Amino acid sequence: MPKFWRIALQGLLLVLVVGTIALLWHNLTANLQQQSSQTTRLGFDFLREEAKFNIGEAAIPYQPSDSYGRAILVGLLNSLKVIAVGIVLATTLGVTAGIARLSNNWLLQKIALFYVEVLRNIPLLLQLFFWYFAFFLSFPKVEQRLQLPGAIYLTKSGIWLPWLQATSATGTWLICWIIGGVGAGFILYRQRQTLRPWTVLQAGAAIVALSLLALLITHGLPLQFDVPQVIDNFQIQGGLKLSPEFAAITTGLSVYTGTFIAEVVRSGIQAVPRGQWEAAQSLGLSPNVVMGTVIFPQALRTILPPLSNQYLNLAKNSSLAVAVGYPDVYSISDSMNSQTGRPVEAMLVIIVTYLTISLTLSVLINLYNRSVQIVER
Amino acid sequence: MKKIQWKFILAGLLLILPLAGCVTDVPAPSSSSAGTANSQQSRLDTVLKRGKLICGVSGELPGFSFVEPDGKYSGLDVDVCRSIAAALFDNPDAVEFRKLSAKQRFPAVQSGEVDILSRNTTFTVQRNTELNLDFAPVIFYDGQGLMVRKDSTLNTLASLKNRSICVQSGTTTEQNLADQMRQRNIPYTSVVFDDVNITFGAYTEGRCDAITADRSALVSRRSSFQKPDDHIVLPDLLSKEPLAPAVSSGDPRWSNVVKWTIYTLINAEELNIDSKNVTQFATSNDPVVKRFLGGEGNFGKKMGIPNDFAARIIKHVGNYGEVYDRNLGKQTKLKLDRGLNNLWNKGGILYSPPFR
Repeated sequence: MPKFWRIALQGLLLVLVVGTIALLWHNLTANLQQQSSQTTRLGFDFLREEAKFNIGEAAIPYQPSDSYGRAILVGLLNSLKVIAVGIVLATTLGVTAGIARLSNNWLLQKIALFYVEVLRNIPLLLQLFFWYFAFFLSFPKVEQRLQLPGAIYLTKSGIWLPWLQATSATGTWLICWIIGGVGAGFILYRQRQTLRPWTVLQAGAAIVALSLLALLITHGLPLQFDVPQVIDNFQIQGGLKLSPEFAAITTGLSVYTGTFIAEVVRSGIQAVPRGQWEAAQSLGLSPNVVMGTVIFPQALRTILPPLSNQYLNLAKNSSLAVAVGYPDVYSISDSMNSQTGRPVEAMLVIIVTYLTISLTLSVLINLYNRSVQIVER
Repeated sequence: MKKIQWKFILAGLLLILPLAGCVTDVPAPSSSSAGTANSQQSRLDTVLKRGKLICGVSGELPGFSFVEPDGKYSGLDVDVCRSIAAALFDNPDAVEFRKLSAKQRFPAVQSGEVDILSRNTTFTVQRNTELNLDFAPVIFYDGQGLMVRKDSTLNTLASLKNRSICVQSGTTTEQNLADQMRQRNIPYTSVVFDDVNITFGAYTEGRCDAITADRSALVSRRSSFQKPDDHIVLPDLLSKEPLAPAVSSGDPRWSNVVKWTIYTLINAEELNIDSKNVTQFATSNDPVVKRFLGGEGNFGKKMGIPNDFAARIIKHVGNYGEVYDRNLGKQTKLKLDRGLNNLWNKGGILYSPPFR
């Protein structure tokens, strides 16, 4: 009997889910048909049409004569840029603040507490406006640019930093390094049971040797410094330019998500049994070694699952970029929607995009999570 | 453990069931009523039965639609809706205004959430045919322009090479700008925001060297800047922007009422009838005036509205000239010349078909 119910309930659930989806779909098509006779049929053919609008910053070449599809791709890359940089910054900030909250240093602890409690309790949108209008747009104009040592320029139109640039030799260097890296990895792997300094030295020598080889072949370095230069009073060129929009959304997201990560890290560390601290200390290990090699690796197991939630939040919150004028995938689809009058398709594009980003992120974190969990024997 | 789990799922199912019921219930009546609306019942009957007009406006644009300090709406777009209310109910205040963003406006009128969209909206072929909107006669001939800071030495489109321009999304301006710059081969950086206040905020904060919008909107917004005189609108016109009210298509009775309300405003100015002298004109012997004000013939009745609708509109709202002067003219902060928006016999292109 219980078995029958189990199957029956499963079936009922399936019918309900499928029914609801079918109903919504039917509603959608019926309403669309009613609103507009045959002119607007659902479909994605329009993605091949000319986009006709400009995009402020693009990672790949883009012109208004390119297709809507390419415009969406430009937006997607812009989003991924924010998400990737945001995750790195938020993690750094969060782990630091999380550990600082447990510090014995009173000032450090209070600063971390203040950061976490204030910034996680203010809506993200407000924080974005703050960073954009009150911070990044409060720099002087390009004409009166603010110059920091090391050719860093701060202006309303953007921030210019010196950056490394690929040269013609980059490809050869990369190939040599990959070969060297594989060789070094092989040497280390073979000797993994008894890791002696001599082995490490051997592995290092493999990389150095191949670097020298690359130098011999190319007579050039893999990367060169690209320093921003003032062309005339109104223009700065070269280096890495961060637009105020990108800077605002990335800073806002990192600082906001960092507070949540700090709490995750703190709780993870506190979940490590006291005995582990005491055991490590009684071995005479220094506080840094205790944290770095005993406590944190164990805390990581507790931290990772909630941490992945924070990463997903950051990825989804990146769609607020439209509020500060950053051309992310949401903003681009918005422009596309208003030009083509196809809200349903634009919405579907967005849903599929964010779903893909989020699911990929969560698969990656789950894989990493599995590798750090205790393997029970 | 198993048992408890199943109890939860059962409870969940019981919660979902009524929801599923909602899903089936809600859209059904709306779709059927909308279906009949297309065949026989007109939006006009709905409005008359409701006793007030629901009008979609921007609410963010002084001179066109704006919320005054006393909470009342004012502007050219607003007065169009007040005229319709005056025609239908003899009461210009029988209007409920709904603030709509650029993005919300078309779905709002298509779905019937608002009876009419009077929101500085450009009449284009795509909106007419693909979005299925019926446009009323143009109430304001506008063009897209650019505004820059006076001290910036920028004075032509070409001088904006490699500069940044603030644009609001959800409108035709984004594409017009790209078209014009492409045609002239001028590279530029666009900074696109979805909110009009943020767009203008970013410009005044100095993020962009220029901002683009309809010229009337630029002038209107400039009037609320702290230092309006520090900004100039460039003479270059990027596009034609005929602004017109719109209703959902496929309802000729309703779109006719909207259409002839606007022609009433224009025709009244042509006949020199205004809100002050309309009562004297009511006793006029001129057959043209008599027909227009409803003293003779029955145009109003045939449209399904009171016969003296024109007299009511003029009495409560005024003629086009009065409406223009009140909202955009010399005495206002905007000080917009009539230009194209003058009568055809005074150098403009406003022209009303005859009332006969």
